[in-house]
Amino acid sequence: MSLRGEPKTLNPLIAADTRTREVIAVMHADLVHINRATQLTEPALARSWKISPDGLAYTLVLRQGIKFSDGQPLDADDVLFTFRMYLDENVHAPQRDLLIVGGKPIVVRKVDARTVVFQLAKSYGVGERLFDGLAILPRHLLEKPYQEGKLGQIGSLATAADQWAGLGPFRLKEYVSGQRLVLERNPYYWKSDAKGNRLPYVDELVFLFVPNADAQVLKFQSGETDMISQLGAENFYVLSRQQRGYTMLDAGPGLEYNFVFFNLNDPGEKTTPEMQRKQKWFREVKFRQAVSAAVDREAIVRLVYQGRGAALWGLVAPGNRRWANEKLAHPARSLELARTLLKEAGFSWSNGPQGESTLLDSGGKPVEFSILTSSSNADRAKMAALLQDDLKQLGMRVQVVPLESRSLLDRVTQSKDYDACIMGIASYDADPNPDISVWLSSGGLHLWNPSQAHPATPWEAEIDRLIEEQMSARTFEQRKKIYDRAQEVLAENQPMIFLASPDILAGAKNSVGNFHPAVLEPYVLWNVEQLYLKMGTENATR
Amino acid sequence: MSTRRTFVKWLVALGVLHGMVVCAGFLAPYNPVEQDRKSPYLPPTRLHLADANGHIHVRPFAYSVRLRVRSFDQYEEDTTEPHPVKFFLNGARYRLLGFLPCRMHFFGAEGTRIYLLGTDAYGRDQFSRFLFGGQVSLLAGLLGAGLTLLLGLCVGAVAGYYGGWRDSVLMRFAELFLALPWLYLLLALRAFLPLAVGPLEAFFLIIAVIGGVGWARPARLVRGVVLSARERDFVRAARGFGASNGYLLRRHILPETSSVLLTQAAILIPQYVLAEMTLSFLGLGVPEPAPSWGNLLSSLQQYSVLVSYWWMYLPALIMVPFFLGYLGLASSLQERAEAYKIETSSLGSLT
Repeated sequence: MSLRGEPKTLNPLIAADTRTREVIAVMHADLVHINRATQLTEPALARSWKISPDGLAYTLVLRQGIKFSDGQPLDADDVLFTFRMYLDENVHAPQRDLLIVGGKPIVVRKVDARTVVFQLAKSYGVGERLFDGLAILPRHLLEKPYQEGKLGQIGSLATAADQWAGLGPFRLKEYVSGQRLVLERNPYYWKSDAKGNRLPYVDELVFLFVPNADAQVLKFQSGETDMISQLGAENFYVLSRQQRGYTMLDAGPGLEYNFVFFNLNDPGEKTTPEMQRKQKWFREVKFRQAVSAAVDREAIVRLVYQGRGAALWGLVAPGNRRWANEKLAHPARSLELARTLLKEAGFSWSNGPQGESTLLDSGGKPVEFSILTSSSNADRAKMAALLQDDLKQLGMRVQVVPLESRSLLDRVTQSKDYDACIMGIASYDADPNPDISVWLSSGGLHLWNPSQAHPATPWEAEIDRLIEEQMSARTFEQRKKIYDRAQEVLAENQPMIFLASPDILAGAKNSVGNFHPAVLEPYVLWNVEQLYLKMGTENATR
Repeated sequence: MSTRRTFVKWLVALGVLHGMVVCAGFLAPYNPVEQDRKSPYLPPTRLHLADANGHIHVRPFAYSVRLRVRSFDQYEEDTTEPHPVKFFLNGARYRLLGFLPCRMHFFGAEGTRIYLLGTDAYGRDQFSRFLFGGQVSLLAGLLGAGLTLLLGLCVGAVAGYYGGWRDSVLMRFAELFLALPWLYLLLALRAFLPLAVGPLEAFFLIIAVIGGVGWARPARLVRGVVLSARERDFVRAARGFGASNGYLLRRHILPETSSVLLTQAAILIPQYVLAEMTLSFLGLGVPEPAPSWGNLLSSLQQYSVLVSYWWMYLPALIMVPFFLGYLGLASSLQERAEAYKIETSSLGSLT
């Protein structure tokens, strides 16, 4: 199995990026787990859970006889300790925001050695989903560093194998800097299959650090790795055409949504007059609707994803069948509509000497702006090139600026010095709640105008209200209805112009059994404890 | 005499190749940035003489192609109607030599499109992109080399002729330049520049960067030649007759450096055309969708393109005669210089 780079840490309290989470997910376990195939919750470390009639208290009962990978038993104190860590402001755990419901942190109480009660300040639609991905930590290893204030420093990759423990199917064996991370089977793992065999089946899981997607493909082709995931469409095509002893699977459209957004931040002191002039266009709803109408989404799916993707008109990707608003209009590309909208908004056109037309704003200035895109993401760079050509047909002069991804994020969220940007976000749960920081005007991922003190526009205020409302609604039908409305408000105002959603593409050697990639992260390792290698194959541990 | 003949031969060959690039608008059938979204990664159009019924045509013709159902890049020919290749027909607008508005193209076909080198990921004609890209890349290479040599000549002549502290300062400075980690400095430079750089600004930027980075080596070469020329008998004699420094430099010393400079130019131009590719990678090159040879080559960095679409190599192959032309010119210049018995020792470092 290749990993795009070294994980930054083994400590779930400070892990923020995808590849670190992927490694941590196989070494740790959560109380309640979301099954990646059915997208529903199922019991994990907690054998069962009960919700009080008012929806505020969750009582979880732990399984009996569970041991950490170093043989120490798990009890309610570990759970209490774990949540104290996640909620401690000084620890800066990225999960903390999720555990604050109704403005107050969740209160955790111990009833007996195996029963824990979670008290919420406000009822929360799908409280049990909160527990997914929250790794339960070993108190016997972490309490001392916590008291010494060194929690952020431990759990580096160089940690000795006997100094680290989790409840997941695998435990740390060896780490070779710059090359690989070797995990071995956790002998104390609590799951067993229907026949009573202890899981996991595989003895060793090796993550090779391969920084580049093409190199990962070559390693997979040469048989050095058994599985490959997060493939681009082109490489998937290459691999499926030259199939030699491996199977390539298309799990269908995933939850990643790619979109373009304009800079709608409130003008500050440093905003140049030129930027203010441009923002006048961007603030015009009809301008954004015109851009959306001019986008050739079908071409994006075909040329960028080679047809292995889905065109997108809203934040909820079609891979998320339960939550997507099916009534949302999917207007086909229409340059006439775009031109009408622009005309209504006071734009006009002038004809150049060579028959090319230029879009002018109401002040007679040509409409020119640049779109940022991450230089490391070839797919989005391609989308930008197509978008550039689409908008040229409306007379807009667009430049594509590839930037290194960190300076891109810095520009969008900190200095706010940009015109427009193409980005992609992958939801990690089918449920809408993890996406709230995109929806809420106070959210950090409300990219077009992040972290507002008060919603800047009436429609942002309405979305805020709807999202808060759906969080406390009790039934799925109620939530879905409110959430559908929020999607409609977003589609009317087009602060994000949605483009496309790629399929989840993965592959494995034919010798790998139970290989069922899912559209949720971690795409191929979600059922890692059930993966096995068929007998009679060489190099069985890879 | 034979060295002179090979020299002329190379010069003519280069002239023809550059003439084709200069007349890109006429020779290229299509607009280089136009996307034909129905045919991404279309292999080069096949020209036929015999049609599906076995009839022989005098004029070569092409069939229109369409995507196979449920496929992304597999095409099939529609053999119902042949589209003969036509010459001198009207098509996309362009400006010949940069100013004459024109619509006539050398070749093309009605009812279908002829892609001599196939198309890229967006269905753009590779042949048109190659020709138009050559305009950008070769001009940037020529001007960049010119700027480099001008800077090198000035610095080298001053250092070599006046000597003393000027020599030490300039040469230490040149050595510093050779030792700098350019990649990181260019990255820093990119951060200082405005976000969006237009194609024209990018073009001048490339020339400035190339010229600014490359001057140190030719400066050292020129210094060596000047240093030895300064001590020649005829120079000493002229000085004895009271010739001024400016006169000596202009009349006797700088002419001595001409063959070194020309040889350098012939080597530097192909180098700089390739340097533009590196700069594109750093975000300092010609921005897409404007074509340049660097942009054409950069699509080859993808593994999937390398193994799937052989025609994407073709632009790289056609660049070879251009570079070969320059290198041939350089070697014949070098032979000529040896024939004139100019210090061969200073040329040793060229290889």
